[in-house]
Amino acid sequence: MADPNIDPVGRPAAEPASVVRIRGVDKRFDAGGQRVTTALSGIDLEIWRGEFVSLIGPSGCGKSTLLRLIGDLTAPTEGSVEVNGKPAHAARLGREYGMVFQAPVLFDWRTVEDNVRLPLELLGLDRSERDRRIAAMLELVELSDFARHHPYQLSGGMQQRVAIARALALQPAILLMDEPFGALDEMTRERMNSEVLRIWQQTGTTIVFVTHSIPEAVFLSTRVVVMSARPGRITRVVDVPLGNPRNDLTREDPRYFQLVTEVREALRAGGGFDTDAPMASADRLNAEGGIG
Amino acid sequence: MPRSPERGSLARIGIFVGFFVFLLLVWEGLKFIGGDPWRTDTWTWEPPLEIWFASDLLLPHVWDIFGALANPVQRGADESLAQFLLGAALYTWREAAIGFVVGAIIGIALAAVFVHSRLLERAFVPYVIASQTIPIVALAPMIVFAFGQDVISVVIIATYLTFFPVTIAMIRGLRSPDPRALELMRSYAASRWSVLWKLRMPASLPYLFTALKISATASIVGAIVGEGPGGIPDGLGRAIINFNSQYISGPEKLWAAIVACAILGIAFFSLIRVAEIVALRGRGMRTEAA
Repeated sequence: MADPNIDPVGRPAAEPASVVRIRGVDKRFDAGGQRVTTALSGIDLEIWRGEFVSLIGPSGCGKSTLLRLIGDLTAPTEGSVEVNGKPAHAARLGREYGMVFQAPVLFDWRTVEDNVRLPLELLGLDRSERDRRIAAMLELVELSDFARHHPYQLSGGMQQRVAIARALALQPAILLMDEPFGALDEMTRERMNSEVLRIWQQTGTTIVFVTHSIPEAVFLSTRVVVMSARPGRITRVVDVPLGNPRNDLTREDPRYFQLVTEVREALRAGGGFDTDAPMASADRLNAEGGIG
Repeated sequence: MPRSPERGSLARIGIFVGFFVFLLLVWEGLKFIGGDPWRTDTWTWEPPLEIWFASDLLLPHVWDIFGALANPVQRGADESLAQFLLGAALYTWREAAIGFVVGAIIGIALAAVFVHSRLLERAFVPYVIASQTIPIVALAPMIVFAFGQDVISVVIIATYLTFFPVTIAMIRGLRSPDPRALELMRSYAASRWSVLWKLRMPASLPYLFTALKISATASIVGAIVGEGPGGIPDGLGRAIINFNSQYISGPEKLWAAIVACAILGIAFFSLIRVAEIVALRGRGMRTEAA
């Protein structure tokens, strides 16, 4: 079912290429007056083409800020962020990102297909190419039958799939997802996790994924980047050598449990949790919420 | 069980008509207990009380007002009052509509500038507000003096009353998009122009229509008020001035003209409301009420 037209990278994938290279990044915010908040400190991270990397950590660890730095939605105070071998700013102007937020952020005056059309209009593609890509994207997220619907007629999960289709319509080198399923119920979330894995495998897009959920991070990722707060920093990177494709059986694999435990312990070692209220389970972490 | 939409709109029409009938009953009731004597060929009713404003001069009988509509506008004229008022209303509406469109465009343009420049917004919004504190009756003669006794003066006055609500609402509306929607556009490296046309403008439509409904009625008031000093003989403004001077001999004519103004205002408002329903359909928001 792999459609060569929706290969997002479209260049040889033979040699491992660096898609994101972060060197010595600090990010500080003026908190008003003399106060300065250090959101991120000493971040070094390299992400390779075709990887699925999750950023996980407690609220305030700067994982969303890190994602926004990669997407050039905010600039680092120190250090450099390169995407596809050029500064993040140049990569954004080159439209090499797809962005998915926690809320779908669909334009309610546009139908599903017109929402997916939006980035293609901005790119100035001709009509036939636009229509072809829209059809391919909606097929990818299995919403072809809903092309003419308006966002309010769709469920939360379907709306988020439209947002994914919209983000992938530009065939970006990298897809940035900021807690995309945080607002969904647990059942929908698991289904969306399988969806996003299928899309990842089908398109080969590099994905950076911010989450609060340990099981979600382990299930989806090839690597889990564990962060801690005050100041936000990377405390550990956990490789996830679970095979692909992953499915419901993966969630019952002992190695999966082992990795979930490993990530949880890494989080705890980073001082991510209040020690007087130890986390009993990953579900507890799911329930935490927050903006990270 | 939720009420069906049909039942809801039936109830609304019922209440509207019911209240209208109620107003007529209060009107005639006051005249019945405190107005001038009611006379027919065979029968006379002497109201027991005397209420000063219930006289036939100040509060003509409802049937006299509607009856006057069928009578000639002047003694010996072919045209009925109703035909005359319809023509006058359409004439006034044309002036108001031109002013409305021009005023809306100015209002949208000003808001678009202000939204992109805090500096200009802070510097100029006070002037926009000050402009609306000047009474139109003071301003109208000056506009006529500047632009002559011409329709253009009336259009300018209608424009003047229209642009303000649109400016204020659009400043809000153009700022209404979700910050993440703006970030989304930023992630696509969209130009300011694209952000304005593809995000800010469509997002502001609900705000725009709220303002346009205010402006629709304001533009008609502006046109009617402007027709006097503007020396325009064909509209409702002049009709009101004329009927005002003939009030002693025929008060019902002025009342009929007032009714015509009200109907014109409601009609223009309803037109904008219909445009709103069409423009905002599909958004899944309730565009209920005014």
